[in-house]
Amino acid sequence: MTMQSGFPVLTALIVLPLAAAGVLMFLRQERTIRLLTLLVGVLECLLCLRLFSYAPMGAAFQFEEKADWLPALGMTYHLGLDGLSLYMVLLTALMLPLCVLGSWTYISKRIKEFHFCLLLMTSACIGVFAALDFVLFYVFWEAMLVPMYLLIAVWGGPRRRYASIKFFLYTLAGSTLLLAAIVAFRQVGGSFSIPELMERSYSFKFQIWAFVAMALAFAIKVPMFPFHTWLPAAHVEAPAAGSVLLAAILLKMGAYGFLRFCLPLTPAAAVVAAPVMIAISIASILYGGCIALGQTDIKKLIAYSSVAHMGFVTLGIFLFSMTGISGAILQMLNHGITTGGLFMMVGLLYERSHSREIADNQGLGKHMPAFMFLLGLFSFSSLAFPGTNSFVGEVLVLIGAFKGNVWIGFAAVPGAMLAAAYMLRLLQRVTWGAPTSFKPSWWDLGMREWVTLAPLAMLVLYIGLAPSLAIKTMEPSIERVLTTMRTKNMAMGLEDRHLAQRLHLPALTVAQGQEQIKKERP
Amino acid sequence: MTLISIKLLPELWLLVIVCALFVASVSGSKRSVLSWLPGAAILGVAIAALSLSVRGEIFYGVYRLDGLSQFFKLAIAAGFAIVTCIAAGKRDSEDFSPDYFMLLGLSAWGLMLLASCVELISLYLALELSSYSLYALIPIRGKDRRAAEAGVKYILFGAAVTAVALFGLSYIIAAKHTTYLAVMASSSWSFANAPMAVIGLSLFLFGFFYKLALFPFHFWCPDVYQGAKNETAAYVATIPKLGAVVVLVRLAAMFTPGMEVTNLFAILGAVSMTGGNLAALAQRDLKRLLGYSSVAHAGYIMLGLAAGSAAGLAAATFYVLAYILMNLACFYVVCAVSRNGENPTLDDLDGLYRRGPALAMILAVAAFALVGLPPTVGFTGKLFLLSAAWDQGYHWLVIVAVLNTAISIYYYLGMVRHAYTGESEAPALTVSKGQIFFGGVLAVIVLLVGMLPASVYSLAARAAAALRP
Repeated sequence: MTMQSGFPVLTALIVLPLAAAGVLMFLRQERTIRLLTLLVGVLECLLCLRLFSYAPMGAAFQFEEKADWLPALGMTYHLGLDGLSLYMVLLTALMLPLCVLGSWTYISKRIKEFHFCLLLMTSACIGVFAALDFVLFYVFWEAMLVPMYLLIAVWGGPRRRYASIKFFLYTLAGSTLLLAAIVAFRQVGGSFSIPELMERSYSFKFQIWAFVAMALAFAIKVPMFPFHTWLPAAHVEAPAAGSVLLAAILLKMGAYGFLRFCLPLTPAAAVVAAPVMIAISIASILYGGCIALGQTDIKKLIAYSSVAHMGFVTLGIFLFSMTGISGAILQMLNHGITTGGLFMMVGLLYERSHSREIADNQGLGKHMPAFMFLLGLFSFSSLAFPGTNSFVGEVLVLIGAFKGNVWIGFAAVPGAMLAAAYMLRLLQRVTWGAPTSFKPSWWDLGMREWVTLAPLAMLVLYIGLAPSLAIKTMEPSIERVLTTMRTKNMAMGLEDRHLAQRLHLPALTVAQGQEQIKKERP
Repeated sequence: MTLISIKLLPELWLLVIVCALFVASVSGSKRSVLSWLPGAAILGVAIAALSLSVRGEIFYGVYRLDGLSQFFKLAIAAGFAIVTCIAAGKRDSEDFSPDYFMLLGLSAWGLMLLASCVELISLYLALELSSYSLYALIPIRGKDRRAAEAGVKYILFGAAVTAVALFGLSYIIAAKHTTYLAVMASSSWSFANAPMAVIGLSLFLFGFFYKLALFPFHFWCPDVYQGAKNETAAYVATIPKLGAVVVLVRLAAMFTPGMEVTNLFAILGAVSMTGGNLAALAQRDLKRLLGYSSVAHAGYIMLGLAAGSAAGLAAATFYVLAYILMNLACFYVVCAVSRNGENPTLDDLDGLYRRGPALAMILAVAAFALVGLPPTVGFTGKLFLLSAAWDQGYHWLVIVAVLNTAISIYYYLGMVRHAYTGESEAPALTVSKGQIFFGGVLAVIVLLVGMLPASVYSLAARAAAALRP
């Protein structure tokens, strides 16, 4: 095993929850189980402190760990972080203790299994973001499905069986072709190692096929517009902690996949597909916003708003500009914090009213001021109010879009207005609507609930007011991805054209690319 | 002579067990043989593991001990031991007389011989030896009529396919003037050069396709699984496939991709996995479901055989071991869940998380392994198969195989869904601590070999490399 730093921090982050899950099987007392999981969550966060030593201008991948796994096939156990994945790992580690706290009273049956699933989820999610071997990535990517499925299927709402199966089928069906792509990359590139694969370039035809196979898997996970139908079902039925994990981490994996694999491995195909991907992203933004406007179920509303927010992320990625991508990553992080917080709050509300309908939760402003303060904060963040975290991400993406092409910018802007409309409508009715089912027994936020929500609320303000710290960390990594893309495409004969030109002339670019390939291979 | 008997220790030990069972069956002792049989069978696994490195050729080159044969002998010994351990959970069943296990052991012994045979006639004899005891085993199930039906079906199908295989054998001998695989391998196997030999070989292969339950030779499979006793089904579903695959691996080493025979492998594989998976979607009876699932898995194995490269053969070898491990884990749960030896349906799994939490977890591991989800052995095996087939240019086959994963998830997930989200009033299952421990070990093996496949894969790779230098 070779390591950069002395202590294998990433392995520790992955193994600790697994080991705790093993211990959990032999425990009986509910309280001990919860406390142990909470302790593991806190330990994970403490371990993550080491990750702050990440040096933005340093090596491409840091905290690297490498060991042989199956040399016969070139599989390695290879972990490492760069600016694209660093914040996702931090976010994942942060979510574990919050989910445990948030479910302290929400989950009252089969507690051991619940925490078992939470721990497995954390482990697999950190693995997805840290893996630098394609097979290792796939292992974590798929392994995460099982605990998530169980979280929805066992602790979910009335239609949990339907929702959980839909989630599993959709995401698994999408990622089967990803496996074919992985196998194909090994044959062409000779390795499963992601950094090694990034250095090679591939024929245009191969890139197109590989891009389609990978993009399908990632687009379903994001989810992008026509593939989004599993998301509202899963979100509505999942327990609060399940929704939080879904929104905060799972959806990010799709966007992360685009950044990590599609852009550097299949740059020419990404450029050719960019107009389509941008169109789909804008469709997601507008469609998600419009549908969210019509929801009466709070969770469904937030679920559709996720579709819209993730549309901004994919839009930013496929602009292929520094502003766009850094906005996209920031938006990923922000969406995790904000939507995670919102789902957590809906969970708290549900514990009191046993309903997720807006109509059953009206007029709480007077009775639960602290609760409404935080809900207001997260809602404002969700609609990208200046001063909150989402504003920074969304504005960066929009600036990138306007720089790329004014029309794309104009097409995306209504999304931001829609967000204001549906979030304010929700906020207005929950705060000031005529009380329908309020009972004096509904207590305002308790100590535990404050502790659960406070870190997220602080992050909302912190990132909103001082975003440059995060952006500085990512920039070198993004620059690297964009340079790789540009040099590879130049080498293939695809000109580094301005986005606007590209959009108008996609067919011509394709033809040139193919001619070049023919020239290369007599 | 002593040298030979040391080389043949795995076979001889199994023969000793069979003889001991024979003595027990004639002596009429009241003591159940299950008190010592699992231990003896596990000792057999240790012996097979120790003789992994034995190499040699005996009986005039008819019987070869190489990496492949020793690997499969280990797998057969392990499978036999697991089946006896599963049976030990129901030791009061009337059917578990000593002769029941004697027949099981004889069949496994035939398969061990099959693993080493490199000459067509002895290969045929070993195949029949393993089949005959199964013909007698399948109808043994109290006074159940379905078992009798299953037995008749198995014999009739088996006899017909055997006749076809013998017919094919005659063609091969006529065309190639030899029965030694080594000699045959050096001659051409393309249809243009040796049409009669290729036709004969295809017919001969049917005998093994039948054992493997590959489409269109699978019709016996769901019916026999359903009719046979749960423990018998566990055996029939797993160990005979090892015998079929070892012979197919030996034969596939003679071909190169793009030949008529390899295309036959590929096409039958694609049809088999698709057909098996689609048919399994509609099943309620767990054993029928697993029957169709085994048809699909036979199709996956064809990926490696069609590739035919050293990597492909190694992948097929690895995958068949993976297949018996995860299938036996699944059958272990089926046997434990069934009441009075009845066939469990999907609904019988309801509420299993409460009635037998350990069983539910083992079932989940086995089912997700059968799907091919990481980090189980099912995924690793499938990855090897896919990359081997892709490297040899069978791109379409790889895509069919991965799409099949998406089809198959539905019914495997159905088992987990019933176990974890179904509710039932049925009382808790009483399973002894030892049985639970044994099931847990099975599940852990399925996970561990999946996560750290290097040592097992290198055994398979070395075996395959010897066949295809």
